[in-house]
Amino acid sequence: MATTVESLADSALSIGGREFRSRLMVGTGKYRDNSTMVDAIAASGAEIVTVAVRRVDLDRTKEAGILYHLDPKRFFLLANTAGCYTAEDAVRYARLAREAGFNEFIKLEVIGDEETLLPDVAGLLEAARTLVAEGFKVMAYTNDDLVTAIKLADAGCATVMPLASPIGSGLGLINAYNIRVIKRRLSVPVIVDAGVGTASDACITMEQGVDGILMNTALAAAEHPVAMGQAMKHAVEAGRLAFLAGRMAQREVALPSSPTTGMLG
Amino acid sequence: MSEEMTVTVNGEERQIAGNSTALDLLHSLALDPRAVVVELNREIVRRPALGNTPLCEGDEIELVHFVGGG
Repeated sequence: MATTVESLADSALSIGGREFRSRLMVGTGKYRDNSTMVDAIAASGAEIVTVAVRRVDLDRTKEAGILYHLDPKRFFLLANTAGCYTAEDAVRYARLAREAGFNEFIKLEVIGDEETLLPDVAGLLEAARTLVAEGFKVMAYTNDDLVTAIKLADAGCATVMPLASPIGSGLGLINAYNIRVIKRRLSVPVIVDAGVGTASDACITMEQGVDGILMNTALAAAEHPVAMGQAMKHAVEAGRLAFLAGRMAQREVALPSSPTTGMLG
Repeated sequence: MSEEMTVTVNGEERQIAGNSTALDLLHSLALDPRAVVVELNREIVRRPALGNTPLCEGDEIELVHFVGGG
């Protein structure tokens, strides 16, 4: 059996010229405390962790920056433009993030609606074009819409990141077809970002053949974030392997697994 | 003693010494320049330039860093 699995040995995930072993990326927001966050991320095996850009609290009433808790040598810090509602704001946040000096990657979000946090795809495309021209490696959070995904890839995005369902919703993969068709049509990696709620969601998402998943709330809001981090690690690996293994065809009627001949008279 | 001037830091007005640089401001706030990115009137001030970037009356300064996010 070991030989069979070895023959399906997976390639590394390559994004914007960098290679990663883990196909699971995690956020760092909304944890009940920093030690839980650090342990949950470690359990998940993630290499890429996302962070947000915000004002320093000059009165020191809030916790210090995330870098006091996460070693930037151990993790690949991916800054996001979460909370930005215009291309102009997203570009501003991206430039500030790059100036922090870790890398030229940016998880680009341009939000268009407060209730659903669904992206403003026109603003997203505008910001993506600007940032690509400035040398950023843009990882664009977008709708599960093929045409937008193609436009983002054509604009030079390093990765297109369609949602499974709205950010923080935990509703899982709502439209597997859309995700499959985006993956089939794009040559850049497709990372599903947002909406995964539990391990089965992650597994089903990876079974569609996408290159990876980014999640935050599924871990942070779990009753036991560290255990969920471990579950997600297994789910992403299992889903990836199931995709590589090639699933059986589905049928509307049963097909016996045991011989139909040799039955007693 | 040099005169004081008023600048806006992260949306709040502050009185600082009249001949302050961006680096002086960080020091006065006990902030490590390596852990903060400085934006002065919407333009990023690169770290090596902080010490020779004078601040002026009415300047708008944003001091940002990384926090937890998804």
